[in-house]
Amino acid sequence: MSTVSAQIDTKVVSHEHHDASGDTIFGFWLYLMTDCLLFASFFATYAVLFMNTAGGVSGKDIFELDFVAVETAALLISSITFGFAMIAAQGQKKGWTLNWLLITFCLGASFIAMELYEFTHLIEHGNGPQGSAFLSSFFALVGLHGLHVTAGLIWMTVMMIEVARRGLGNATVTRLSCLSLFWHFLDIVWICVFTVVYLMGAM
Amino acid sequence: MSFLGKLSIDAIPFHEPILVFTMGAIAIGGIALFALITKYKKWGVLWTEWITSVDHKRLGIMYILLALVMLFRGFSDAIMMRSQLALATSGAPGYLPPEHYDQIFTAHGVIMIIFMAMPFMVGLMNIILPLQIGARDVAFPFLNNLSFWLTASGAILINMSLIFGEFAKTGWVAYPPLSELTFSPGVGVDYYIWALQISGLGTLLTSVNFLVTVLKMRAPGMTLMKMPIFTWTCTWANILIAASFPILTAVLTMLTLDRYLGFHFFTNDGGGNAMMYINLFWAWGHPEVYILVLPAFGIFSEIISTFTSKRLFGYTSMVYASGAISILGFIVWLHHFFTMGSSANVNAFFGMMTMVIAVPTGVKLFNWLFTIYRGRLRITVPVLWTLGFMVTFTVGGMTGVLLAIPGADYVLHNSLFLIAHFHNTIIGGAVFGYLAGFSFWFPKAMGFKLNEGWGKGAFWCWIIGFFVAFMPLYVLGFLGMTRRLNHTNNPDWNIWLYIAMVGAVIIMFGIICQVIQLYVSFRDREALDDKTGDPWNGHTLEWATSSPPQSYNFAEIPHIDDIDAWTDMKEKGQVYQTQASYEPIHMPKNTTAGVFMGITLTAFCFAMIWHIWWLAIIGLVGGIAVFIQRCYSKDVDFYVQPQEILATEKAHNLSASKGNNA
Amino acid sequence: MLIRNLCKIALVSAVLALSGCSGGILDPKGQIGIDEKNLIIIATVLMLLVVIPVIVMTLYFAWKYRDTQTHEIYAPKWAHSNKIEAFVWAVPILIVIILGVITWQSTHRLDPYKPIEDKGKHLTVEVVSLNWKWLFIYPQQGIATVNELVFPANVPVEYKITSESTMNSFFIPQLGSQIYSMAGMQTKLHLIANEPGTFKGISANYSGAGFSGMKFNAIATPTQADFDQWVSDVKAQGGSLTKANYDQLALASENNPVTYYGRVDKGLFHTIIMKYMAGMNGMSKMDKNKEMGNIDQLHHEMAEHSARLSNSQGEE
Repeated sequence: MSTVSAQIDTKVVSHEHHDASGDTIFGFWLYLMTDCLLFASFFATYAVLFMNTAGGVSGKDIFELDFVAVETAALLISSITFGFAMIAAQGQKKGWTLNWLLITFCLGASFIAMELYEFTHLIEHGNGPQGSAFLSSFFALVGLHGLHVTAGLIWMTVMMIEVARRGLGNATVTRLSCLSLFWHFLDIVWICVFTVVYLMGAM
Repeated sequence: MSFLGKLSIDAIPFHEPILVFTMGAIAIGGIALFALITKYKKWGVLWTEWITSVDHKRLGIMYILLALVMLFRGFSDAIMMRSQLALATSGAPGYLPPEHYDQIFTAHGVIMIIFMAMPFMVGLMNIILPLQIGARDVAFPFLNNLSFWLTASGAILINMSLIFGEFAKTGWVAYPPLSELTFSPGVGVDYYIWALQISGLGTLLTSVNFLVTVLKMRAPGMTLMKMPIFTWTCTWANILIAASFPILTAVLTMLTLDRYLGFHFFTNDGGGNAMMYINLFWAWGHPEVYILVLPAFGIFSEIISTFTSKRLFGYTSMVYASGAISILGFIVWLHHFFTMGSSANVNAFFGMMTMVIAVPTGVKLFNWLFTIYRGRLRITVPVLWTLGFMVTFTVGGMTGVLLAIPGADYVLHNSLFLIAHFHNTIIGGAVFGYLAGFSFWFPKAMGFKLNEGWGKGAFWCWIIGFFVAFMPLYVLGFLGMTRRLNHTNNPDWNIWLYIAMVGAVIIMFGIICQVIQLYVSFRDREALDDKTGDPWNGHTLEWATSSPPQSYNFAEIPHIDDIDAWTDMKEKGQVYQTQASYEPIHMPKNTTAGVFMGITLTAFCFAMIWHIWWLAIIGLVGGIAVFIQRCYSKDVDFYVQPQEILATEKAHNLSASKGNNA
Repeated sequence: MLIRNLCKIALVSAVLALSGCSGGILDPKGQIGIDEKNLIIIATVLMLLVVIPVIVMTLYFAWKYRDTQTHEIYAPKWAHSNKIEAFVWAVPILIVIILGVITWQSTHRLDPYKPIEDKGKHLTVEVVSLNWKWLFIYPQQGIATVNELVFPANVPVEYKITSESTMNSFFIPQLGSQIYSMAGMQTKLHLIANEPGTFKGISANYSGAGFSGMKFNAIATPTQADFDQWVSDVKAQGGSLTKANYDQLALASENNPVTYYGRVDKGLFHTIIMKYMAGMNGMSKMDKNKEMGNIDQLHHEMAEHSARLSNSQGEE
């Protein structure tokens, strides 16, 4: 295999790829489906174990619906603001894209902060994941979602730097679209978590 | 906690003579390899053209190399197990005490399935699939490189367990509560968890990558129902991977949380439920066997139709049969534990679903038969493997259906009958398929054919060895011998254990034949040279390229009008024609990111196993940093220039026409 | 050809060996085992109806249509035939339907949880798998043994099975079915010996280092009187198994000798299960049952636990 990069004539051959952005988004969508199954496994485990409280607390005792409702609202709104960021990005409005991304980031970060607060609160009161199978599956399921959101936040930070430095090129918008898919996906997963874990658990 | 976590000099098993010998052999082999590469000044080539390569064909070759190395490791384990059981009869203790023997059978299972069969399958798919659909590479070449290094990381971890500490003593399924901290306090299960986790991630990425490749990058004219059958079966396997590996990731994560942070998913106390692990494990584990065997079915289909010089009989049936197997493969997992106490209705349902899988499988067998019917079968090495498969697999399928009847399984469960059954299907199905594919596509990947004589020798040793080694296990199952025994004390069993040992030795001669075959073929590579790129008069597009193919595969993407696209082009006389000029071809550049991520993540996993937290953080952050850096690199592609393409194509077409006339 | 000969040799020698040797599942001494052996034979014969033709056809076709046979018909483009397709789908479907019916019926007939009918009163034995030995508690007799199981022939025995630690499988190959033993849960098995004798019992699920030594003799006495005699012998010579004793016994040990206990703390089996059951669902309800002394119902609930789980899995 011999490379001929030295001879590339970029004027003759423009850097157009075989619709690479479409492939990327489709590939990312496929990845999200596998991620969905990962969550499904944790949901199934939670469904099997949530009654196994080992004589300790159950959902009724520890869930504070008001608090979680605020948390949920933050994440849901962040999904909308990400939508605005995408509209701005499609319109090549760099400043607005950055602003909306920043708002989304703040909402996401407050979601994580609230979740961390909830977790530490539970652990301080002796209801850590070591308490029972119910608590283990609860912490794992919610924590898995939290980890995903955290990864999304890191990714968002990187994207903001990229948008600020490189503008809204094709590749950047493709990446933003992937992140947007990811973010909305996490929103949907959270709605399931909220319903299955918190609402049904508190009832 | 000390600087190196739980790791200390005591973790190195100097007291085990067998392991010390192994370590010595690895060290000597490693030094010899290092010296050879240095002597022939190959480090540069190795780095720039292999380790950092994003070329699917080179990655495929590296996968197969990894699979062969792990085959030797896994087979050494097998020989040790068989010889232990042949020696430890009539109350004798044998030479492997349980703490060592239990690691060996666990490692044997994990290695053969995850680090031999999977890389072999993925390797063949890597080399052939993009060629078969007329693509220049996979959809995400860098991810492909990364997948390989993640798989290799897992393999490296599992081999590190030979030197540092121990491997799991739980059996390859690692059922809790045995695999929980209470009963397995050592690092063995942690090696198991992290090796599977990291290679599983690689496999998952591969499946996403190849699904996008197949769905988005087929040559114009190639509708889904014109895809070659091997591509189809690989696609089904990839769908299965994408749908089942996340379950493995999840269940291993839960076991990790139990072991590292005191969670109670599967523990006896705290309300944990080990049955959940068993269900989830097999919800992955059963599709996994179809992931292994479906591509092998595709290989057999290609070989049969090529060497009978005939179209594949019942192509549509084959596609749908594979699909049916894939879907049914997801609703049969409970047959792995009929004896858990489920109700008769549940057991009967899962038993019947399992039998239903025999229908599409039976259809496939008949279709291969009718492909041979009225053909002109050339009895070559790949064909021998295929015929051997058809005979062997039929027997394995039959015993499989027998095990699917709960009433029969109540007495056969976990017995050596079961061991014989799944080796019957995995060796007779998957491994024979990969070895068939290996000899079939070897000239395509390497540019020269394999020596037929040694290949036939290998086949006969393998198949005779297989029957001699595993038929006795069926008998032992009937005699009431259960699996994973360290020693036995039943005079009726002895003779069968001895025969099985002889069988394993015969298989060993098969492997030796294959090593000699590789050596002889390499020595005689001038004579075995494949000048045309189409040594078997093939049907599908991979034979349209030179052997080995150019990095860009196709100078011009052909238009496809038939399932047997290459045959069709040959019949229309559209082959080996050099164009007056070519368009420049856009290709991805090699990258060091994959191997660096492999290194950092291996460090991360190793640190997690030994609780070296500072190294774990460095490894993980390093891995993520390399990934982000790679994502934002702009220097990722280049163009192959028309003059170069013209020269290469001219040379190939000239050599091919000559070869055909000769 | 060689392969087929080898198969034949293997098959013939297998048949010879199996008819000559004793102790396996093809030499059953109990009704359940006999039924299961017959089931295996019927299913195998049915499948051989397809398997043998396929193997013969494979070798015959490969021989007949090898490339030197230039006088044979050669049809390179022939790749479809509705007749053949219908045939190749129909034959396996037919066999699978027949096997399916057999499966459905036999699975219900041989359900390990189903008591053996028409054979008189059951003897109950509570089985506990420990690392690495078997504890058998006879609640009706108030005795216990380690690594030896004695019962009268021709009397159905109900086994209630649990585990102290890892998962094992309780299996007496010559009597038939096996069932897992799992901590915090009770599984059930019903077996009967049709004739007196000593049968090998094992754990059929790997459970760690001492697994190979987890063996016991299952002895079917010729008469009820012999069994009663054995019980009084155990009562006379055995020590007592108390909660404290049990904790000692539960410590990991290998290749344990046979041990007799003349007296057993009442409800020991229940205590062993409840140790881990505390965490299981509906614990408070079960405690209430305990207070009311309704232990049978409690056991029943626990026994259904695994089945229920699998059920819900199946419907997912």
